[in-house]
Amino acid sequence: MKKSELSDPFEQARLEKGYGEMNDQDDPVTILLRHKDVRKCAHNWKTFQSGAVPGRIVVPSEVNIRETRQIPFEVDPPMHGGYRAIVEPWFKRPLQPEYQAKLTAQIQDLVDEVADWDSVEVVSDFALRLQSRALTLLLNIPYEEAQTWIEWGTHVFRSEDDALDGSKAAILYDYIDAQIDKAIAQPGEDLYSVLLDSELDGKKLTREEVKGVMILTFAGGRDTVINAVTNSIAYFAEHPESLTRLRNEPEITGRAIEELIRYFAPLTHMGRVVTEDTQVCEHAAKADTRVSLCWASANRDAAVFEKPNEVVLDRKLNPHVSFGFSHHNCLGATHARQIMNILVKTLADKVQSIDILASQENIEELGEFNRKVGFDSIKVKFNAR
Amino acid sequence: MAKITFITTDNESVTLEADSGSVMELAVQNNIKGIDGDCGGVCSCATCHVHVAPEHVEKAGEASEIEKDMLELDDNADEFSRLCCQLDVTDQLDGIILRVAV
Ligand code: HEM
Ligand code: FES
Repeated sequence: MKKSELSDPFEQARLEKGYGEMNDQDDPVTILLRHKDVRKCAHNWKTFQSGAVPGRIVVPSEVNIRETRQIPFEVDPPMHGGYRAIVEPWFKRPLQPEYQAKLTAQIQDLVDEVADWDSVEVVSDFALRLQSRALTLLLNIPYEEAQTWIEWGTHVFRSEDDALDGSKAAILYDYIDAQIDKAIAQPGEDLYSVLLDSELDGKKLTREEVKGVMILTFAGGRDTVINAVTNSIAYFAEHPESLTRLRNEPEITGRAIEELIRYFAPLTHMGRVVTEDTQVCEHAAKADTRVSLCWASANRDAAVFEKPNEVVLDRKLNPHVSFGFSHHNCLGATHARQIMNILVKTLADKVQSIDILASQENIEELGEFNRKVGFDSIKVKFNAR
Repeated sequence: MAKITFITTDNESVTLEADSGSVMELAVQNNIKGIDGDCGGVCSCATCHVHVAPEHVEKAGEASEIEKDMLELDDNADEFSRLCCQLDVTDQLDGIILRVAV
């Protein structure tokens, strides 16, 4: 099996019953596996809510390590729409040419820098740095700030053994508190200041609300982007013909990115709390229990995708749910898509081939399923063109 | 050449001409308000939702199953809804009027 391959551990359960089960800190989760069910339940926020106790819709649950409600993620309509309207224009900034020019410069510099190293550990030497630097653009703060986030390492929320770790999460929460203090004392053009100055229903956002948006921006955009970038490097290492094709047919880049994101599904699943006794695929879901929407499984559903386990670079119809679906669809998707777009173009332009030297898979344990979501580490050598 | 008219949510009417690409691409290139085309046209985002003028439904033709399933879960969809990334610009569309969905 190729190192860049991400197999589909959900297939049998998806076909046979449509769901799987896992326990998580005595608050079990029914994992919904079919494309149709995942989209339906994502749409039906009344029965499958996001606005539960903060931390509960995350798997593993963060109820014990977090009190701040993440916004707009842990809010249901209609309030959700009010928050989205505030933040959406800001998160569309990656469509601006100046933003793209800066991001291009960042990514080109990084590729140039590592291109002649004997060995590059992609997760920490490449993806983490790329993600952190790009985030300075999204927040509109000085480039130098990225260094702090890079020093946190990849595991801001987890300790070495992958368990949730409150003291590690506190590093991020304390950091954000301090940044909010700074923005209050000296407002600027950054996201903190813009949020502090925003109003919902005629009232300024509270400090706690601002904090909720910022925590989410840091948390939601970190591992996801790192996985997407790292998996892309592994994929192109084993598929040099795809890199050549993108060089010769740049017009398929948009489709290629959607396809890579479908295939990778960098966020495996996300929970909801059931508000009333109901049924999903003939399985009883009781009020006050949890389900999860398994984007990774839905993306491999053969009822929707032809050759679901293959990367079809120019896939034309691709209703993947890697960025979620309906109300809570990913706010960072514009930024993430730009990163992928520029990365792919830069690699096609500057890199001839990539050799994988060593790798360590990152396997998530979800009850009966083990899913490879990417790599804990992967050493490669870039060969410049 | 096909003439395509967009009516935006603030009732502004814009007529554009094109002979290739998708209607979504045409709209995005011309900054038609309300057509974002986030997914680039692969039918995964629904940010290219339009209502076809009832008298022009035939010009647009029928949506695929995948497009229909997507529209089914859109609260603002009706029988005239289409995802305009799935409409290829051809002579057949000439004269079509599309109202940008909310
Ligand atoms: C390839 C990268 C990414 C993937 C695969 C991804 C995936 C997702 C998914 C599946 C959801 C839906 C969660 C749900 O339904 O409960 C989501 C929501 C969200 N994501 Fe992303 N994400 C990515 C990058 C980012 C980035 C870069 C940011 C910001 C820096 C971000 C911020 C958010 C926010 C704020 C939400 C909540 C939106 C809401 O509740 O309305 N994401 N993301
Ligand atoms: S552009 Fe995304 S569905 Fe049409």
